[in-house]
Amino acid sequence: MPVMNYIQALNSALHNEMERDPRVVVFGEDVGRAGGVFRVTDGLQSRFGEERCFDTPLCEQGIVGAAIGMALNGLKPVAEIQFMDYILPAYDQIANELATIRYRSGGQFSAPVVVRTPACGGIHGGHYHSQSTESIFTHVPGIHVVMPSDPYDAKGLLIQAIRSEDPVLFLEPKKLYRSARAEVPEEPYTIPFGQAKVLREGTDCTVVAWGVMVHVCKEAVEQAARKGIECELIDPRTLAPLDEEAILESVRKTGRLVIVHEARRNTGFGAEIAALVAEKAILHLEAPIRRVTGFDVHCPFTLDPYFLPDAPRVLLAIEETVGF
Amino acid sequence: MAATEVLQLLAPDGSAASEELPAELDPQRLVGWYRNMVLLRSFDRRALNLQRQGRIYFYAPASGQEAAQIGSAAALQDGDWMFPTYREAGACYQRGLSLQALADQLFGNARDLTKGRQMPNHFACAALRIVSISSPIATQIPQAAGCAIAQKIKRERAATLCYFGDGATSEGDFHAGMNFAGVFRAPCVFFCQNNQWAITVPVSRQTGSESIAIKAKAYGFEGYRVDGNDILAVYTSVKQALDKARAGGGPTLIEALTYRMGPHSTSDDPRRYRSESEVAEWERRDPIVRFERWLRSRGWLDDATVAAIERETAAEVEQAIRSAEAVDAPPPQSLFEDLYAEPTPRLREQQRELLGLIERGVVERITRTPLFG
Repeated sequence: MPVMNYIQALNSALHNEMERDPRVVVFGEDVGRAGGVFRVTDGLQSRFGEERCFDTPLCEQGIVGAAIGMALNGLKPVAEIQFMDYILPAYDQIANELATIRYRSGGQFSAPVVVRTPACGGIHGGHYHSQSTESIFTHVPGIHVVMPSDPYDAKGLLIQAIRSEDPVLFLEPKKLYRSARAEVPEEPYTIPFGQAKVLREGTDCTVVAWGVMVHVCKEAVEQAARKGIECELIDPRTLAPLDEEAILESVRKTGRLVIVHEARRNTGFGAEIAALVAEKAILHLEAPIRRVTGFDVHCPFTLDPYFLPDAPRVLLAIEETVGF
Repeated sequence: MAATEVLQLLAPDGSAASEELPAELDPQRLVGWYRNMVLLRSFDRRALNLQRQGRIYFYAPASGQEAAQIGSAAALQDGDWMFPTYREAGACYQRGLSLQALADQLFGNARDLTKGRQMPNHFACAALRIVSISSPIATQIPQAAGCAIAQKIKRERAATLCYFGDGATSEGDFHAGMNFAGVFRAPCVFFCQNNQWAITVPVSRQTGSESIAIKAKAYGFEGYRVDGNDILAVYTSVKQALDKARAGGGPTLIEALTYRMGPHSTSDDPRRYRSESEVAEWERRDPIVRFERWLRSRGWLDDATVAAIERETAAEVEQAIRSAEAVDAPPPQSLFEDLYAEPTPRLREQQRELLGLIERGVVERITRTPLFG
């Protein structure tokens, strides 16, 4: 089985699906001739032609708005927003239009658009190339929100997204694009939404993380293991729908929960997970729930490493939770 | 034609610029349009009254815009798509959405095609390719461009007709949609009903440009103005633009000059922001009166037919409203349907929660619409 990085895995998924389904069209800024600023759409235009992979005007609400219209008329648009930080002009099209059209039309219309976007920080991008604003999208019913943490999941979940009958926001932690590598089949395969992955089993503390933070947490739970603390590490992979049962089952076993995300703490998605556990498993808890997150500031340029959670911070939170 | 000239085929007194008619227009079809205009005016009046009586929650009237609505939608062919706004009851009706479907939507009852999910006037009908209307202004414009881009990619011999008002041309989405359509030469007709007022703000506050139509030039396609109260001018121009789009000629912007004779919606009083003389001037240009005069002058309409049309359409409207009002509200479990193709576990759980609350009497079951009044 070939080893691919995250970009290659996504590119493989796009090739597979464009080959399989002539309705799939890929577009956005610089995705056509250049193959994307991160090369995710490399080779698609030369392979499938300019009608199926093309550059658009520089206009996020235009990209998503046009994608909605194309999906209504039977195409399967995979639209790219160049950075998640620039998705906000399209927020109205996503939250008010894309996410609502099935509901507000009484189920008569659907717009199964995939919006892909490089997300999250850790690349010294300052405020405008570092944000992970997943929680402003998980708040909106009618769209799925996906953030794979490794190339294998990225390919399987992207194919699932393209085949989905619902709109999907597909978040790609750009720090992982070239750093994460895994064995990835050339052939297409899918990973269902709403199924968490347990990366490590343990009985002392549940750690929930997604995106880049999964890798940070892997390091932290290994260090914890060397100190005799057995953590269970869970990557939900999709935040909407969320595999609530996987988290609850783990917390019932360990009695402790540390949630790690690089998004800011205030109303970050960790708050939703903490509330879920408080509502449904509080009597199993032996220690307060801990969140290790970005601070409630705008992601800075120079002081970026302070902002992002790292393995020592996660390890400390695990130790304090277990020692409570 | 220059983007500031106004195409007019029927003068306000009903005299015609030409005796010639497009071949496809026969007296029966023209009288049919007249009938639909009268029905729409009647529906408007009735709906405003229903809202005042507390029997429906809201209404956005279109009186004064009947020619623009009926004439534009009459130019559509079966395979075309239509992206209306919430003032397009008439265009939706002309497209084929039944009076009963319109009335059911106003009441949001269990028979409503949109399952009571939206405020009145937000129609949708997939079978007729009438795309679901949302309240935000101009959001449908890039969507219509995208729909037309798909028509081009799929090699369909069809076009997309996108409705919006003068206020919408100030939104970023107007620029986004016009620009996408121009770049991709999408078969999209942008039909702006410039009804002079965006709630309380006159069109002079929407643009410093000499016209809305001229904006098309900056996007690389043709734009022109028509007398929006002249149904023959509206039909002819929209049909030409749709034909051109279907033939691969790209997009067109049409600015139909018209007037919203009533309020923006049941929530405002137009006497507070516009003069009586302005309203009187536009009443003189009433699109129904004008068309009726012309039809009479051709001998296709007489007193007896006009009286019969008025009587019959009023009765039809009354019947549709009575029927709609008698239908129950949608069932509570429907609250959780149509968010996704399949409900998520969380939605199923919340559905059980609500049904349990109703069963225990904590939440009152909603049976009839409306809830207010």
